[in-house]
Amino acid sequence: MSVSVTPKAATQIRKALAKRGGGVGLRVAIKTSGCSGYAYALEFADAASADDLSFESEGVQLLVDAKSLPMIDGTQLDWVREGLNEGFKFSNPNAAATCGCGESFAI
Amino acid sequence: MALLQIAEPGRAAAPHQHRLAVGIDLGTTNSLVASVRSGLAVVLGDEQGRALLPSVVHYGDAATSVGDAARALAAADPQNTIASAKRLIGRSPADVASVNLPYTLEALSDTAVGVRTRAGLKSPVEIGAEVLKALKARAEGALGGALVGAVITVPAYFDDAQRQATKDAAARAGLNVLRLLNEPTAAAIAYGLDTAVEGIYVVYDLGGGTFDVSVLRLTRGVFEVISTGGDATLGGDDFDHHLAAWFAEASGGGWTPADIGALHAAARAAKEALTDHETVTMRCRRSATGRVEQLPLPRALFDDICRELVERTLGPVRRALRDAKLKPAEVDGVVLVGGSTRMLQVRAAVATLFGREPYTGIDPDQAVALGAAIQADALAGNRSGDDGLLLLDVNPLSLGIETMGGLVEKIIPRNSTVPTARGQEFTTFKDGQTAMSLHVVQGERELVSDCRSLARFTLRGIPPMVAGAARIRVTFQIDADGLLSVNAVEQVSGVHAQIEVKPSHGLATEMVADMLMDSLNSAGADAAMRMLREAEIDARRLFDATVAALHEDGDKLLQPREQLEILVAMQAVADMLEQCSEAEGGSPQAQRAMRESLRAASDALNQITTPFAGRRMDARVKQALSGQRVDQLAA
Repeated sequence: MSVSVTPKAATQIRKALAKRGGGVGLRVAIKTSGCSGYAYALEFADAASADDLSFESEGVQLLVDAKSLPMIDGTQLDWVREGLNEGFKFSNPNAAATCGCGESFAI
Repeated sequence: MALLQIAEPGRAAAPHQHRLAVGIDLGTTNSLVASVRSGLAVVLGDEQGRALLPSVVHYGDAATSVGDAARALAAADPQNTIASAKRLIGRSPADVASVNLPYTLEALSDTAVGVRTRAGLKSPVEIGAEVLKALKARAEGALGGALVGAVITVPAYFDDAQRQATKDAAARAGLNVLRLLNEPTAAAIAYGLDTAVEGIYVVYDLGGGTFDVSVLRLTRGVFEVISTGGDATLGGDDFDHHLAAWFAEASGGGWTPADIGALHAAARAAKEALTDHETVTMRCRRSATGRVEQLPLPRALFDDICRELVERTLGPVRRALRDAKLKPAEVDGVVLVGGSTRMLQVRAAVATLFGREPYTGIDPDQAVALGAAIQADALAGNRSGDDGLLLLDVNPLSLGIETMGGLVEKIIPRNSTVPTARGQEFTTFKDGQTAMSLHVVQGERELVSDCRSLARFTLRGIPPMVAGAARIRVTFQIDADGLLSVNAVEQVSGVHAQIEVKPSHGLATEMVADMLMDSLNSAGADAAMRMLREAEIDARRLFDATVAALHEDGDKLLQPREQLEILVAMQAVADMLEQCSEAEGGSPQAQRAMRESLRAASDALNQITTPFAGRRMDARVKQALSGQRVDQLAA
């Protein structure tokens, strides 16, 4: 069971945390919404809660709550640039289908 | 696939619900667009990573270009390359007569100018829209979606016409304007000053070609612009010019006009390098001989060369403080904005004046756009409710309406926070009056002729009534962007009329300051004048009422001797009124004396007509009661 980030993503996360000036790491979660059933959420984490599982990848602390983990187990988070746009991208082996916009997915 | 950004805890938006909003700094020389991503405001660059988009539009044979591409064509095709359109937006031909620009201006109407280009006559609104379109395309590319809206910044001294024209430009570019924000307020937000409870802040904005200073007061999260000042012809370019002139002379002279561009470029490079180095070597090549001249330039020497320019910025700062009735020590913070505030002597001069170090942590070119982005993010609803900040500004000059006698009745006083709505009731002056002309004016003076006319409209269809019986509610409403709508409703019949004020001419900072100074200097004279006018109106109303009453009941209710007495008193009032109109413009003392005499004459007329009024009242009551039984009246 694990979630990981690419070196590029790790750099961006560290930068964002440093600029924000606080936070223990990055929370990766799954919410049930969106056009294909589930959606990713990325948030700064100020503290870990009891049912969180914590992973370290490329020196970055990742927090995933126990409910979300089965659906994103094995996911790798990457930082990509597409033209002018740049942001985080999920490679989730569990996703059977993603919606056109990629903001939500189905298992 | 959409790319995700990191959100603050608990704020990750549901898919398709993150609303993309941007802040735009639409500048005279350069424009920027910024947005909040992963909880932080960042400026969005173009493909080459350049943050600044020159506010230049070039109309070519085939295509219109914007930004660096357009600026590159300025020298070759000055007539069709429009820079600094912001100086023209919302201004009338009369306003811009003195603005010196390299392209041809033509009047579009009494209230707008256009630029003659090969693509036709282009209004500043259309030119501004081209710049906004380029920024919108950049933002949508960078954010990966359509924008729900934008916050666009404008100088604090922009008047309603200039603000409306900026909104029109945004609409033309397909941007939904969430609101317009004052530039100094945006800079203060970028520094997070709005999180304090209260304070007085000065925003010192020295750009490439213009200098603005604003004094802001923060109360309970609300920024008010208390005063503004500046110099529209002072900026970083002047520093380059001074330095180039020094270099040309110190290197032995003999430079040709062809060297001017190179000298300025060398001066600019040296100026920028001095921010990080104690001393630099300024180099420039003579185009005639190919010889490269070089001179050492220590910081202290540069300070001496440009001391006069730095001093020139401090005058408007002191004036703005004086207008705000503040001492430098009462200021809680100073924000530096504009690329030229990178110069260390500017920072030092500001620090000395205020006795404190100014805020310089944010790139001074970007602060305004970043603040606008933070505001846009909040307005688009991407923040949770509890910290939603609602920013307010104030209207710089009182808004009011003309009343009888050319007097101004102020409805929204100066420095009221906007958005606001205020109303007041007015009535008719003449019997049977069916229309009322409403004249909306702006200014601090008591007489309409000394204020600025914004708009006129007419309320028609008032049912005929005796003078003073109609009740007309006039409501002034200023929305969050400082745009004014005036509404007049006759309360009995419900007839109404409305106007959106798109005022006709521009109002420069100096004008606001002048108008305020005028009102202070002439406060005594204005008050005397106003009291005289009011006395005149009262007297005239009494006179008219007496004429009407005599006409109706004079023969029935008065003895010939009584009628004669009244006529004599009326003549005295009429004589005084005539003298009064001659005395207008006289000294306050003379006006006060005149008012006393007029009051005496009106009082005499009032006194002598009192029995007559009583008899008329009795006659009316008798008429109403005659032929009716008491029980009918009681029912």
